Amino acid sequence: MQIDSIVQRCHDLAGKTVDFLQDFIAQMRTVHVDSLEQKWIKIALLIIGLLVGIITIDAFFHGVNPPSKVETIDSARLHLSKEFAESNLGVQLDDKGAIVVRMVAGRYSFFPKHISVPAETKLTFRWVSMDVLHGVHIPMTNMSTMIVPGYVAEITTSFPKPGEYPVLCNEYCGLGHNHMWSNISVIAKEDWQAPTHTIANKEANNG
Amino acid sequence: MDDATERKLTLSHLWVAFGAFILACFMGEYQVLERSGLISALDSPTVYFASVSTHGVLMGFVLTTFFIMGFGYYTATTSLKMPVWNLKLAWVGFWISLLGTVMAAVPLLTGKASVLYTFYLPIQAHVAFYFGAVLLVVGSWLWCGIMLVMFSQWKKSHPKQPVPLAMFATTANALLWLWTSVGVALEVLFQAIPLALGWIDTVDAGLARTLFAWTLHPIVYFWLIPAYIAFYVFVPKQAGGFLFSDEVARAAFIVLVVFGLPIGFHHLYMDPEQASGWKLLHGIGTFVVSLPTLVTGFTVIASLEIAGRLRGGKGLFGWIGTLPWTNTMVLSVILSLLMLILGGFGGIINASYAMNAMIHNTAWVPGHFHLIFAGTTVIMYFAIAYYLWPVLLRKPLFSNSMALIQLWTWFIGMGILTTPWHVLGLLGQPRRISTVVYNTLLTLAWKPYELAMIFGGLILLGSACLFIYNLVKTQLNPAPAEFNQQIEYADPIHPVESIPEYLNDFKLWNRVIAVLMAISFGVPILQFFFMDTFGSPAWGY
Ligand code: HEM
Ligand SMILES: [Cu+2]
Ligand SMILES: [Cu+2]
Repeated sequence: MQIDSIVQRCHDLAGKTVDFLQDFIAQMRTVHVDSLEQKWIKIALLIIGLLVGIITIDAFFHGVNPPSKVETIDSARLHLSKEFAESNLGVQLDDKGAIVVRMVAGRYSFFPKHISVPAETKLTFRWVSMDVLHGVHIPMTNMSTMIVPGYVAEITTSFPKPGEYPVLCNEYCGLGHNHMWSNISVIAKEDWQAPTHTIANKEANNG
Repeated sequence: MDDATERKLTLSHLWVAFGAFILACFMGEYQVLERSGLISALDSPTVYFASVSTHGVLMGFVLTTFFIMGFGYYTATTSLKMPVWNLKLAWVGFWISLLGTVMAAVPLLTGKASVLYTFYLPIQAHVAFYFGAVLLVVGSWLWCGIMLVMFSQWKKSHPKQPVPLAMFATTANALLWLWTSVGVALEVLFQAIPLALGWIDTVDAGLARTLFAWTLHPIVYFWLIPAYIAFYVFVPKQAGGFLFSDEVARAAFIVLVVFGLPIGFHHLYMDPEQASGWKLLHGIGTFVVSLPTLVTGFTVIASLEIAGRLRGGKGLFGWIGTLPWTNTMVLSVILSLLMLILGGFGGIINASYAMNAMIHNTAWVPGHFHLIFAGTTVIMYFAIAYYLWPVLLRKPLFSNSMALIQLWTWFIGMGILTTPWHVLGLLGQPRRISTVVYNTLLTLAWKPYELAMIFGGLILLGSACLFIYNLVKTQLNPAPAEFNQQIEYADPIHPVESIPEYLNDFKLWNRVIAVLMAISFGVPILQFFFMDTFGSPAWGY
């Protein structure tokens, strides 16, 4: 009864779709396309396929992905959250010994204003905004993300070369946007010392 | 057919467009000068960001929208050979859009809306700015309606006949714009205005960015399509030849509209509020939509080759030399294509998902879009203006050689402005800064490039002034007794006698768009209503 009528409907729909596709293809076959142009379209499709293939493989197999961890946070009450309370910001080791860097963006600086991290080491940055939209970029590196109020921007990267780098805001956030920057020191791996206090990373942050 | 009323309608739109353009060019030159820090007296973030906001709105929204409307009306009436449907409504649209422009311009110029042309929430502008933007768009919706009506009226009275290519593409653009503008309209009507009026206390900044991204990509095709129309329907004839393929052109416009819409997330690659699967999906779509551009490039070059050979060009490249380089339309298309090729390489980097991280929001980005928008696209707006002015005014162009100098200087100036701009991006300079105060060694390398940009901007400003001067002088000249230049559309080599209905209509494609939009934006928008999100209150700037 009911099942039958649904099956019947699906059947009709499939039939219609097939009819439509046949008609569509038949009509398109009447279109005149110059043979040279056909060749060009094929080449273009090949190039596009190649590029699409590269980014897809990168994304699936090499984990090359932009910061996309859809995680929310109350930007208006960061100071009350455990994770982004002032004393908890900066570079820390989590309970597994991995390095987590917690940073707050607010007009017009990044806090803490200076941090030191080891080179050639996996770092997980967690950025939040306490007011408006910001962006952060450490020039010459791929440490780049938007910092949208209400969301945690998490990005994992490592810096190959030791040195002093600026940390620049790269999204307009108000008339003082020019002044929004801070510093990061990337230190040779063997010279770097882990911060003394380690705090577990398991607290919920929707404080 | 006497189309005096349509000519007046078109001319009014185009003058608003170019008025906004020249004003904004002066601001552009001020901006490169201010940014460089060369004249310390100029240094003022307040003035600078008011200026950039106005410059962006005038170039991105006013120049383009008015140009597209004016050009669309004249294309419709001349290609369909029928008067503009409901002329009164067209004028109502004009005045609504103009009112909106003025309404937005007042807070912009007085520093009450220094939120840049992307006005990202939760930073807030004066509410008049949002109302102005809404009116500008509402006026343009009337234009879309008129185009769709004329398209279907013509089809009704010419059953089975192919709609003239110029009108087919114009209608495609009207449909594209209706879909495109929905995203930003939702953001402004349900977030920005209620927040500005105090009806709501907070907005979700992630949702706002998602809605804006819906608009931000296809809007560039809205701007670009008039240039492509000129490529297909004016260039071949002006070059002295034929259009290589009419049917493939239609298919290209369809693919552009259908796949141009559901891919806006490439503007959100670096955003935390959308998951990577959606970004990848939009990223793939972004590559697919380069197909119509590759096809367009091929068709235009093939059409030019036909013309060059008909004019006696021989050998592999001989036909290039025999092209009429002194024809403004032909020169423009060559320069436009050159900038498109350069800009296209940059575009591949932007679109590449992961490579994007190196240049995201750096000076590379304005460098790239000045090249492709202010360059590739706007140079074709010039070409169309030079072509239409004598037709609209029934007077010969004041000076063709001045026009040629203008086009060359625009091209050269654009090269000098945007090359250092790209380099600055690679050297890590962020976009949207009014001065460089970072106290690091890195910034020392930036200086010479900033100085070069001032020079490029100066050439562009001079070029823009020549353009306006030529148009004004043409208009002020006395009308010669017999001068009756008409608009001429190119003929395809193979005349199209019959065409599949799918390439002659948008009903099917409209449905395909609806499905694709539901797939690519459905969950990403709905997620904000299912997640535990935290809104942001309004902030000044
Ligand atoms: C005289 C030539 C021009 C100069 C010197 C110039 C210069 C500039 C500068 C310095 C900025 C600020 C970019 C930033 O803050 O990173 C800017 C922004 C912008 N320009 Fe131009 N420009 C010119 C012409 C044009 C043209 C012809 C168009 C398009 C038709 C255009 C569209 C835009 C837009 C949409 C923005 C806003 C970008 C943003 O908000 O980030 N400009 N321009
Ligand atoms: Cu900023
Ligand atoms: Cu885009």
